Amino acid sequence: MATYSTNEFKPGLKVILDGDPCVILENEFVKPGKGQAFNRVKFRNLKTGRVLERTFKSGETIEAADVMEVEMQYLYNDGEFWHFMDPNTFEQVAADAKAVGEAAKWLKEQAICTITLWNGEPIAVTPPNFVELEVVETDPGVRGDTSGGGSKPAKLETGAVVKVPLFVQTGEVIKVDTRTGEYVSRVGK
Amino acid sequence: MLARIRRFFARRGVLEVDTPLLGATVNPDPYVEFFTVPDGGRRHYLQTSPELAMKRLLAAGSGPIYQIGKAFRRGEAGRLHQPEFTLLEWYRPGFTLDRLMDEVAALLQVLLGERVAGVTTFTYGEAFREFVGLPWDAPLTALRSKAAALGIPDAERLCGDEQRHWLDLLFSVAVQPRLPASKLVFVRDYPACMAALARCRPDDPEVVERFEVFVDGVELGNGYRELTDVEEQRRRFQHDLRLRCRLGRVVPPLDRAFLAALEAGMPECSGVAIGLDRVLMLKLGCHRLSDVLTFPLQESS
Repeated sequence: MATYSTNEFKPGLKVILDGDPCVILENEFVKPGKGQAFNRVKFRNLKTGRVLERTFKSGETIEAADVMEVEMQYLYNDGEFWHFMDPNTFEQVAADAKAVGEAAKWLKEQAICTITLWNGEPIAVTPPNFVELEVVETDPGVRGDTSGGGSKPAKLETGAVVKVPLFVQTGEVIKVDTRTGEYVSRVGK
Repeated sequence: MLARIRRFFARRGVLEVDTPLLGATVNPDPYVEFFTVPDGGRRHYLQTSPELAMKRLLAAGSGPIYQIGKAFRRGEAGRLHQPEFTLLEWYRPGFTLDRLMDEVAALLQVLLGERVAGVTTFTYGEAFREFVGLPWDAPLTALRSKAAALGIPDAERLCGDEQRHWLDLLFSVAVQPRLPASKLVFVRDYPACMAALARCRPDDPEVVERFEVFVDGVELGNGYRELTDVEEQRRRFQHDLRLRCRLGRVVPPLDRAFLAALEAGMPECSGVAIGLDRVLMLKLGCHRLSDVLTFPLQESS
C-alpha cells in the first residue's frame, strides 16, 4: 500500500481519506516558533465533489489513491450505464448515474470526456468545456429582436435546458459552456 | 541587505563570528528536526541554529557577537519554510530583553524601511486574550472548545492533553493572522512551557523572558533573555532528550562542551535569531520564501 507523508503533500496529489478518493487542493505547512509542526490541508472528495479541510501532524502519512484521469469517448447509454471508450486502447468502461452526475445532460455520442478512474472504476465524468448541440424545442422568437437583453429557455437534443437569446430557433445548433451552463453562440451548419 | 546588517553591527561594536555548520551534536529541541551526516563510522549534525556554538564563544569572553549563516531544519518545507535558510543571530552581554527588543526594532526598521510603520508590543497573555478571547492558562477544556468553535479539524488528535500544543495551535490559527498589519509586532513573556533556552521571569516563574517578532503575521525572529543557570539548562536538555526518545525521534548526544561553557560562566545576556529570507521576502512584497531564494528546493505546497 503506497502512502504519502505530509512533506510530500502538494496540490493535485490523490489520496484516500475516510475511505474515499480525494485530491489535495491546498497544503499549508505551519510551524509555531518552537512548537509542533502541522499541515493544514484542503481536499476535494473526488466522488462527491465536496471540499473538506483536515489537519495533520507533520510526518503523518496517508494512503495514496490509485486515481487516473483519462480522456474517453462517450459511446451510448443503455438505460442504466453510460459507456465510454479509450480511443487509443479501445478499452471500455461503464459509468453509473452517480459517477456521471450533472455531466449526463451534456453528453452526445462521440464527445471526448475526462473520466476519473479509481482502481480502474469510473467515479466522475467531466464533459468537454464546450459542446455543440441542436435546439429541439424553443418558443418562436420575436421577429426583429436580434440584440436586446431578452432570453428564453431552449431544450437541447441531450435534454439540457439553457437560456438562449430570442433569435435562436428550433433546429439551430448552439455552442454551450458546460462549466457554467451558459449559451455561447450559434454554430453555422 | 547583508551589507546594511554588517554596517549596523560595525557601528555598534558587535563582532562578526563564524561557527561551524557541522557539529558533533545539535540542540535537542524536541520539535526542531535536524539532518544527520554520516562520515565513516561517525555521525555529524547539521546545525539548526548557531546558538550553542555562539554561547560557547560568549562564555569564552567574546563580548557582543553576531553571525549571518545558514541553518538546516529537516522536514520544514512550505510557503514560509525551507529546509535550508539564512539566519542572523546575535548576542548582547549586559542587555535586558527590552533593550535587545529595541535593537531588533531598530535593525528591522533599517531593513524593512517603509514596509513597517511603528512598533506594537503585546505580552503573550494580552495577545491570547485579545485574539482568542481566553487567558492562556485557561483550562484545557476551554482551549478545546475554542478550537472546536474556530472549526479547526483534528485538533484533538493533534494536541491530545498537551497544553503547549493547544496554545501553539490556537496562536498559529487565531492570533498570528490577526496581529496588526504593516507594523513590527512584538509578543513577549511566553508561558513557561515554551521556555526553550529562555530565563524565567524572576518576578513570575509562570512566564519566560522570550519574545517573537512578527510582520503581517509572519514570524521573523525569536529572542531570549538567555538562561545562564547550568543546572536548569541540564534539566531542560535531559527533559528534551527524554521527550525525543519518547516521540521516537533521533536522540543526539548531550552537548557537554556547551554545558561546560555555561558552568565556566556565560555572561548575563540577551540574544535573538532573525530569519533573513523572510525579511527579504517581506521587503520585496513577495509571498513565498522560494521567490527570494537563488535556487530553492522544490516546495511541497
